[in-house]
Amino acid sequence: MNDVVPPDLRTGVSFRRRVVSAVFRVFLWISLGVALGTLAALLIDIGTEGWSRLNWDLIKNMPSARPRRAGIQSAILGSLWVVGTTALISLPLGIAAAIYLEEFAARDRWYNRLIELNIQNLASVPSVVYGILGLAFIARGPLDLGFTVITAALILTLVVLPTVVIASREALRAVPSSLRQGSLALGATEWQTVYRQVLPAAVPGIATGSILSTSRALGESAPLLLTGALTFVTFNPEGFTSPYTVLPLQIFRYISEARTEFRPLAAAASVVLLVVLLLMNSAAIGIRNRFEKKL
Amino acid sequence: MVSTSSVGGVAPVGLRATGATRRRLLVQRLVRALFGMAAALTVGITVLIVVSLVLPAIQFFQEVSLGEFFGSTTWAPLFKPARFGVWPIVAGTVWVMVISLLVSIPFGLGVAVYLSEYANRRVRAIIKPILEILAGIPTVVLGFFALFFVTPELVARFWPVGNVSTFSGLSAGIVVGVMIIPTVASLAEDAMTSVPRGLREGGYALGATRREVATSIVFPAALSGIVAAIVLAGSRAIGETTIVLIAAGSKPSLTWNPAEQMQSMASFIGFAGIGDQSTGSTGYLTIFAVGLFLFAITLVLNVISIRAVRRFRQVYE
Repeated sequence: MNDVVPPDLRTGVSFRRRVVSAVFRVFLWISLGVALGTLAALLIDIGTEGWSRLNWDLIKNMPSARPRRAGIQSAILGSLWVVGTTALISLPLGIAAAIYLEEFAARDRWYNRLIELNIQNLASVPSVVYGILGLAFIARGPLDLGFTVITAALILTLVVLPTVVIASREALRAVPSSLRQGSLALGATEWQTVYRQVLPAAVPGIATGSILSTSRALGESAPLLLTGALTFVTFNPEGFTSPYTVLPLQIFRYISEARTEFRPLAAAASVVLLVVLLLMNSAAIGIRNRFEKKL
Repeated sequence: MVSTSSVGGVAPVGLRATGATRRRLLVQRLVRALFGMAAALTVGITVLIVVSLVLPAIQFFQEVSLGEFFGSTTWAPLFKPARFGVWPIVAGTVWVMVISLLVSIPFGLGVAVYLSEYANRRVRAIIKPILEILAGIPTVVLGFFALFFVTPELVARFWPVGNVSTFSGLSAGIVVGVMIIPTVASLAEDAMTSVPRGLREGGYALGATRREVATSIVFPAALSGIVAAIVLAGSRAIGETTIVLIAAGSKPSLTWNPAEQMQSMASFIGFAGIGDQSTGSTGYLTIFAVGLFLFAITLVLNVISIRAVRRFRQVYE
């Protein structure tokens, strides 16, 4: 059969169209190359610049204005405190809101639609705006908590809460409704259904979303610039009301130092931050892949 | 035969609400109210944002006239004498947005078309996590890269006009653009993969090439989702603070040369915040006025984007 068809019709494509196809394909590869190439260039740049300062002294020493002795110890512990507190506040709140919206709320009520639209919008409010809110309302103003760990955690909670809600809702939505119907048919209440059937099935998805949101909090710097943690904090935080610095702010601080000796320090601290984020991301992706295979 | 008539309260003994059941229903109601409060709290956050921006902004405009804010062209609110012409930081914001969109729209959509129409499952499984890593790079690290790599190695070498100093709006814009590529790619890919298979098959049956199916069938069908992705990208670019603050410097300027030093609205907020203005001073209030402006712009963009997405969902679900 094939032999009867003229060559142009067999491939179905004229020379000109084939050229256009090839050019288009090259454009797609370039697009991919720009994204992946930049990532590679960034990792290599940070790695080579920071190599000389990547040692235990970096982690053991406190931030300092003297580059030879400067390290990031209080920034690492500060990040742990701030991001840990953020997770403690934002995850329960966000998951609860997601359960309400996905499992309990009547979709057609105006207030539920308002909440949904509002969360979508909050997710794309620039994070620096949350910093302004934090400055006016949390650090100063009504709450007056000062420039402390708890202030930073509350601000970051505002930043990541919409992401936690959206990711948890997606995880809940992925649970087949037959599971709910079966449970309800056996006489369980809605809450029992959620608690015993839906939540266990959605745990991998919620965990993935939670890890990714937490890693976003770990890398966030803009809103915290406003709550003035840019001095050298030479002691570790001891509680929620301690002054703090976090890794991204410490990196920012070292970048803005005029002396070039601080550059490798900023790069080395960036490597530390990237390694932690990479570990968190791969944990999230690992959980998701395992979960996807099961379905 | 067992009676099934439980209508009107005549439930069979076993189904009538016993003490345990009542307790379960009480727990149910309690949990529902509690979780509903968590959801309602998010509306409270928006109210809080608006209140905490608007009140100081009103105070600001009592001290600085709207005429000076929009009518003059020098922005120096933290100096003496203070000048409050907003256009230089608006120009900086527009430059960063335009440059970053010039990077993120073509390449982001290119990646999206590649993932949705060209790549097989195995390639996708490798590329998508890598893009997520790119999306997850902290902005402070991207700022470092823009300042110490993109400016000296790319912009200073290849930009034809003028002398490029340490700080450059162009570098900031390029890096913000690369940062946004994964966002554009993933949203546009979602829109394209939800175009029904039948449309593609129809195209192939008529003898279209893969490129023709991608650009003439899938792309137009997914257009509203793609528009949403682009609008959201613009909103992200406008709000980006740290990269611009690190790489573009902190000197506002009305300039036609994008490679020069500049300040955006967001990076001004960061800059002023670092300076630790005393509460109630005009410098402090400026943060809120600019913040309100920024919030309003991104709010409009977000609503457009959400609308566009909804339209495309209505068509294909």
